[in-house]
Amino acid sequence: MYYVVSFAILITMALALVRALLGPSVYDRVLSVNVFGTKTTLLLSVIAFLYGRPDFLDLALAYAMINFIGILAVLQFFQARSNRQLNQQQRQQLHGEDLSDNRD
Amino acid sequence: MTTVIDILSWILLLAGGIFVFVGGIGTLRLPTFYTRMHAASLTDGMGTVLIILGIMLQAGWSLAAAKLLTILVLLLLTGPTASYALANAALLSGMNLEEDEGNGNKAHEDKPHEDKVSDRKISENKLNEVEK
Repeated sequence: MYYVVSFAILITMALALVRALLGPSVYDRVLSVNVFGTKTTLLLSVIAFLYGRPDFLDLALAYAMINFIGILAVLQFFQARSNRQLNQQQRQQLHGEDLSDNRD
Repeated sequence: MTTVIDILSWILLLAGGIFVFVGGIGTLRLPTFYTRMHAASLTDGMGTVLIILGIMLQAGWSLAAAKLLTILVLLLLTGPTASYALANAALLSGMNLEEDEGNGNKAHEDKPHEDKVSDRKISENKLNEVEK
């Protein structure tokens, strides 16, 4: 029965990888990487019982924590970047409007 | 008794596998970003709970079951938090809710583009109209 579940998880990981390669926006890729990481945790837990080696559960635990921290760090980076771009564009638009007002 | 527990664990594992599989298909196939996030949250919530509960039934009362419970609690705490942070970042960057972006649409490409401010203003105008 472990084989069925690990096969389903592997297929889902492959689909998430395809979405990460296709994904039109950055956030699609981040979402796919998040799904991939969570599924890796599940797959490690299943494999631990498939091969009868409960040591793998520690790896799954560590992977879950690292995945979460990594996703949050990447999101923080992209959010700061998009905020910076928005501020810059708004400043440019303001200056452009001021110039046109002076001309009028 | 062992047979009953085995059958229960079978059912839980199979249901978890089905949930994970359906969520994976949804992550690939659904049209917009927020719908794809909905599908991914499906695997984060129900798939995780069902699969880990199924393995816990096989583990019995042991250290492995305690570790599995820790993994389950950790995943249930971090999954929705990551989903929230992702949706928040996407919304703040000006991604529209109802926008139909298929694979060919380059509206929100990786590189910065100039329509983000206007997109945001358009969505804000729509919000104002709705409020009026």
